[in-house]
Amino acid sequence: MRDQFVPPAIELVGLRKAFKDVTALDGVDLVVRPGEILALLGSNGAGKTTTINICATLLRPDAGVARVCGFDVGTQPDQVRERISLTGQFSAVDDVLTGRENLVLIARLRGVPRPTEVAGALLSRFGLAEAADRRVATYSGGMTRRLDIAMSLVGTPSVLFLDEPTTGLDPQARLEVWRTVTELAHAGTTILLTTQYLDEAEKLADRVAILHAGRIIADGTLAELKALFPPATVEYVEKQPTLEEIFLAITGGEA
Amino acid sequence: MKTLRDTQVLFGRTMRHILRSPDTIITVAIMPIAIMLMFVYVIGGAIQTGTNVRYVIYLLPGILLIAVASGCSYTAFRLFTDVQKGILTRLHSMPVSRAAALWGHVLTSLISNLITLVIIVGVALIMGFRSSAGVISWLAVIGILVLFTLALTWLAVIPGLTAKSVDGASAFSYPLIFLPFLSSAFVPTATMPLVLREFATYQPVTSIVDTVRALLTGAPVGHDIWIALAWLVGIIAVAYALAMRIYRRTV
Ligand SMILES: Nc1ncnc2c1ncn2[C@@H]1O[C@H](COP(=O)(O)OP(=O)(O)O)[C@@H](O)[C@H]1O
Ligand SMILES: [Mg+2]
Repeated sequence: MRDQFVPPAIELVGLRKAFKDVTALDGVDLVVRPGEILALLGSNGAGKTTTINICATLLRPDAGVARVCGFDVGTQPDQVRERISLTGQFSAVDDVLTGRENLVLIARLRGVPRPTEVAGALLSRFGLAEAADRRVATYSGGMTRRLDIAMSLVGTPSVLFLDEPTTGLDPQARLEVWRTVTELAHAGTTILLTTQYLDEAEKLADRVAILHAGRIIADGTLAELKALFPPATVEYVEKQPTLEEIFLAITGGEA
Repeated sequence: MKTLRDTQVLFGRTMRHILRSPDTIITVAIMPIAIMLMFVYVIGGAIQTGTNVRYVIYLLPGILLIAVASGCSYTAFRLFTDVQKGILTRLHSMPVSRAAALWGHVLTSLISNLITLVIIVGVALIMGFRSSAGVISWLAVIGILVLFTLALTWLAVIPGLTAKSVDGASAFSYPLIFLPFLSSAFVPTATMPLVLREFATYQPVTSIVDTVRALLTGAPVGHDIWIALAWLVGIIAVAYALAMRIYRRTV
C-alpha cells in the first residue's frame, strides 16, 4: 500500500491540554491519511477547536505529539505552517479590504508567484467574481465564509483545517460551503473539519471521529460507526441509524 | 529578509485601512487643532509665558504630543480589531514572520502620526508660527517626535493585544492626552501649586516640550535634551519588552 511510505497527513498521539482547571483534551489519538476528509464531531466544549489549534501551531499541548505531514508541530512549526491552512471557527477576513485584496494579501504573504492571477482564479472558483472589488463588509455571511475558505486555499496547502465551517450560517450559505468542501475533496486536499452537525459529518466526511469530553470515543467510517450501534435499538427504526443516533447512543445521550 | 518583506506587505495593508478612512487622520488632527485655536485665540492672550516667544510657537510642541497620544489610541484600536477578528491568529498559522505582524502596525502608527503632525504644523503656520530653526534643529525635532511616537506606539501595543473591549483598547491614551496639560506645554510650571509643580517639572512631557521648543526657537537646549532622550529611550525599551512578552504569550 502506498500509504505505508507516505507519513500520515495528521497524526495525534496522546494529546493533552488543560486550561487552568479545565481539561480540554484528555489524551487524543487520531490519524488522518493524505487526501482523506475526516470530520471531528463533537458538541460545544468537546475540545475540537483546541485540537485544531494545536495542529495549526497556535497552541502547545501539555503532553503528547502532533505531527502534520511528518513534521512535529512543536519543534518544526515553520515546516508545518508551509503545508497547512486554517479556516478558524470565526471568519478571519479583513472587512475594510475587498475580497480581491484579501486574497492578494495572503498570496503575497505566502510568496505565491503572480498573486493577482491566483486571487482572480479563486474568486471565480468561489463565485465571488462579481463581488471581488467590493469591501468585504458588504458581503453576506455565506460570501464571507467562502472568501475565508478561499483565502485558506492560496498556495494550495496539502492539509486544510476547517473549524466549524458552517456554524452560524443560514441554510443556503451552508449548502454553498458544503459544495466547496466536496469540490476540494476531489482535488485531493486532506481536510480535517470539525462540526457539531451530525448531518454535516455524514454528508462530507470519509471518516468520522467523535470527540467527547477531550477524548476520541469512536473513530471510523460511517458504516463502521453504524455497526457499533446497538442492534436492539435498530429494530425500532425502519431506516439505517443516523449518525445522530449513534452519537447519542455512544455518549449516553448526555451531549 | 522574510521579516522585512512581510512587514512591508502588512504595512501596506494597514496604511490602506487609513487611506480608506481618512477621517481617522482628520479626527486625530482636529482635537489638537481645536485646542491650539482655543489656547491661542481665547486663553493665550492672558497667559504670561515669561518669554518673548509668540504663544503659537510656545504651545506647538505640547499640541504635537497631544496629537501623537490620540493618534496612538487608533494604533491600539487597529491591533485590537486584528486580534478580535482572528486576523492575527490567521497570520500566526501561516508562514509569516511573527515580528512582521506587529511591525506592520508599528510602522503604520509612525507614518500616520507623522502625517497628522505635518497637518498640524501646517495649521500652525497659517496661525503665524515661524521658526528660525536650521536643518539640524529640525532633524532633531523630527527625531524626538519619532521617538515619542514609537514610545507611545509600543505602549499602545499592550492594550491592543490585551484589551477586552474597544473602549478598553483606546482608554490608555486618555491620561497621556492629558499629560501635556500638567507640564510646561501651555504655561510655565512656576505658577503651579507646589505638588503639581513638582510633578510637572519631573514628568517626561516637560523635558520633551522644553527641548522641542528650544530647538524651534533657536534657544539653547541645555541638558533638557538628554533628560528627554533618556525618558524616550527608557519608555521604548520597557514598553517594547512588555509588549513582546505579551505578544509571545498570545502566540
Ligand atoms: N483559552 C481558553 N481558556 C480557558 N478555557 C478554554 C480555552 N479554550 C478552550 N477552553 C475550554 O476547553 C474546553 C474545550 O474547548 P474547545 O476546544 O473550544 O471546544 P469546542 O471547539 O469543541 O467547542 C471547553 O471547556 C472550553 O471552555
Ligand atoms: Mg470550537
